[in-house]
Amino acid sequence: MRDELIRPLRGVVAAVVLAGLVVAPWTVDDYTAAILARTLALGLVGVSVALLTGVAGMPTLGQTAPYAAGAYACAVVGGSVSDVGVVQLAVAAAAGAALAALTVPLVVSARGVVVLMITLAIGELVVTVLGRWRSFTGGTDGLAGIAPVRPFWGLPVLAGDRARYVYTLVVVAVVVGALLLVLRTRVGLVLRAGRDDEARLRASGHRVAGQLAGVHIAAGAIAGAAGSLLVVAQQYISPADFSFDTSALLLLGVVIGGTASVGGALVGATLVIASRDWLFGILPGQAPLVLGALFVATVYLLPGGGRRRPRLRGRPQPGRPGPGPALRTGPDPAARTEVRT
Amino acid sequence: MSAVAAGAYRIDPYLIPALDGVAYGLLVFVAASGLVFCFGVAGILNLAHGTLYAIGGYTAAAVLDGGWPSLALALGVGVAAASAAGVALAGLLTRAAAGNHLTQALLTFGVALAGGSLLVSAFGPDDRPVNVPAALDGSVAVAGHRYAAYRLVFIVVAGLLAGLLYLTVRRTRAGMLVRAAVDDPEMVACLGVSPTRIRIGVLAAAGALAGAAGVLGAPIIGPGPDTADTVLLLSLVVVVLGGLGSLTGTLLAALVVGEIQTLGVALAPSAAPFLLFAAMAAVLAVRARGLAAARRST
Amino acid sequence: MTPLLAARAITVRYGSLAALDGVDLRIDHGQRHALIGPNGAGKTTLLNVIAGATRPGGGRVWLAGREVTRRGPAARARRGIGRIHQRPAVWSTLSVTENVQVAALPQALRPGRWRPGAARSAARRTADTLLDRVGLTDLAGRPAGELAHGQRRQLEIAMALAGRPRLLLLDEPAAGLSATEVGRLVDFLRELPRAVAVLLVEHRLDLVYALCDTVTVLRDGRTLAAGTPDEIRGSELVRRAYAEGVT
Repeated sequence: MRDELIRPLRGVVAAVVLAGLVVAPWTVDDYTAAILARTLALGLVGVSVALLTGVAGMPTLGQTAPYAAGAYACAVVGGSVSDVGVVQLAVAAAAGAALAALTVPLVVSARGVVVLMITLAIGELVVTVLGRWRSFTGGTDGLAGIAPVRPFWGLPVLAGDRARYVYTLVVVAVVVGALLLVLRTRVGLVLRAGRDDEARLRASGHRVAGQLAGVHIAAGAIAGAAGSLLVVAQQYISPADFSFDTSALLLLGVVIGGTASVGGALVGATLVIASRDWLFGILPGQAPLVLGALFVATVYLLPGGGRRRPRLRGRPQPGRPGPGPALRTGPDPAARTEVRT
Repeated sequence: MSAVAAGAYRIDPYLIPALDGVAYGLLVFVAASGLVFCFGVAGILNLAHGTLYAIGGYTAAAVLDGGWPSLALALGVGVAAASAAGVALAGLLTRAAAGNHLTQALLTFGVALAGGSLLVSAFGPDDRPVNVPAALDGSVAVAGHRYAAYRLVFIVVAGLLAGLLYLTVRRTRAGMLVRAAVDDPEMVACLGVSPTRIRIGVLAAAGALAGAAGVLGAPIIGPGPDTADTVLLLSLVVVVLGGLGSLTGTLLAALVVGEIQTLGVALAPSAAPFLLFAAMAAVLAVRARGLAAARRST
Repeated sequence: MTPLLAARAITVRYGSLAALDGVDLRIDHGQRHALIGPNGAGKTTLLNVIAGATRPGGGRVWLAGREVTRRGPAARARRGIGRIHQRPAVWSTLSVTENVQVAALPQALRPGRWRPGAARSAARRTADTLLDRVGLTDLAGRPAGELAHGQRRQLEIAMALAGRPRLLLLDEPAAGLSATEVGRLVDFLRELPRAVAVLLVEHRLDLVYALCDTVTVLRDGRTLAAGTPDEIRGSELVRRAYAEGVT
């Protein structure tokens, strides 16, 4: 019964949230606009999480790494290359993609929850490195004094939080729109097929490893681009923006929004981040406690109560879908051949 | 100054960091072994693992007063408290999203968040010092250098714990079940042991190990607001590096991590943050190739 | 003439157990060959080795004269090996048509010129044709996860054919099918173009005798006998092997 309520409920919530985001520049004050811009940037990172987790079936807690790479690349390098927003976006996306390309060999052979572990470790380590690399990143003090940005050649510099928010909104809309279009092509089909049964995809002649590498790099580029948006919105970055807590919150947002849904991920991630900010605003001391409790409650209330679990890639065994009942998806399970005849 | 004494001080200046690395590594091993059990046997990525360690650490900070009885008490209470927390976690996991590893991991994160907040409100936002028993508080001469007595004793005790773990896994029936479950989780269900019992047992054991590590290791990785995150990350790296097949692999990985964090930092202070990442990347890349080849031999 | 498939001295060990021990196999273009034997004989393992899903501990495999021993399943599929699995493997969240489309994509991408959507529409045409041949056109829009067992089997056959295979590996295709469905399957396999060779692993000897030109009998990982269906049917050796075969 609960499942039947969830879908229309999701639709309504999504519509409300999206409408709110669109009318925001006219209805909120500057401070809120700045917060919303930052939240949207994180929402875009959530989209990259959904791409990997829901569409490709590789759950990740490490998208903060390309997000950070993009943000720092933009802050440190982007300003000196050009003050045009689109160029900085490209620089940041390239940085995120490059980091993702470097980490592809580490992740691409793993499946199931092991991917969560590895990506979490990678994410944490990258952020630790950034925090200690004072000469490049300013360490834990962060980087400030970032020059303002012109969205496009011929347009004036973005002045004011509202203008920056609109820029963020437009960029997110364009990127998400482009992603949705691409996923409608054979790319989306092939990724979902691989998520359902990777061995069958191989048996049909597809180069699965290449596909996985491609989707990782694409997700890295999206998260990197989001990093550039963060720089524009906040005009200040520090390692604290990329903590592992953020990864977990984003993953929860993605799961709430319907793991395989890119649009749902944007809405879900935005909601979760906004809720966190709101909680920290009204209960500075107790916020983590309440947030944690809400986390647990939300997981309980998820649709299907776990029966309809997000499809993840399992060990490539033909005819078998992803991780099944409770105790499966252990580490390197012993080779499971079909019934031998 | 006599020639002999002068000669003694020419001994390798990296001996102390190397020794520190062993202590650190053994500590990480005991702490990480709980995570390995959790994941290997029940497939649970327990993101509250660091919090369980922190419970042990804070217990040590609160109970230890410099006397031996307090050490015994701290150990008992710490292990019990962390174990109980583990059982509570198992209870939460049983009801919600059973079998969905993704949401299980998220749920443990929520608990970690809430638990961390509770600990900080109870003990304050600063790192808490610990009072080790007075007899162990001094330093001891090791090959011409002075080394903290506690850490030396810790190495022995942790080594014993590791040996005990090894024996348990290799020689007892429970250990056999654990090894079987790591090899083939479905088989364990077929043996008639309920998944709930396994979850509770595994999380209780994980809590006990993490709590013990937290109490005994408090002078090395002490209790504070960042402890849970640090221990979680280190444990994760150890699990990923060591693979989940053997305790020996985990031990080796833990020692490597320990040495990187101590000796590595001493040898190459500017490269220190990258070393852990580089080590993990190298091992994973090598293992990935091995896995890719092995998969095709089924 | 170069055989389509040649496998020599294939050995696969699991610990001390030899699933396959020095097995040879040769299939010519267009040949219909069956692999039979009691349970545990190694038939599916041999199929896995040929398909590239299992790497043998020893031995080599050639496809149309080129060695493929080190190649994985995807490379071999692109070179012309198609297979269906004991348990029908389909992509449950994709529709029936989309399943065959995705299976057809690697072949549809061949021609050099690239136009957006060209591969996809070529794949869709192939899918429509094949679905018609296996009789699943009515279910084209349904998610494959909703199909019954027999329908999944037909879908997987369509998917295997979408890859334009030169050699089709069939792992117990009749398992779990009703009598009508088996009849349909036999007719379908009989109507396969002669250019497609077939390696059939089957327990049902009536199918084997109806469909195949040659038969290899495996037992305990070794070749027991090989020859025409009549020769095998009359063989005392084979009869005893089945009688003693441990399940």
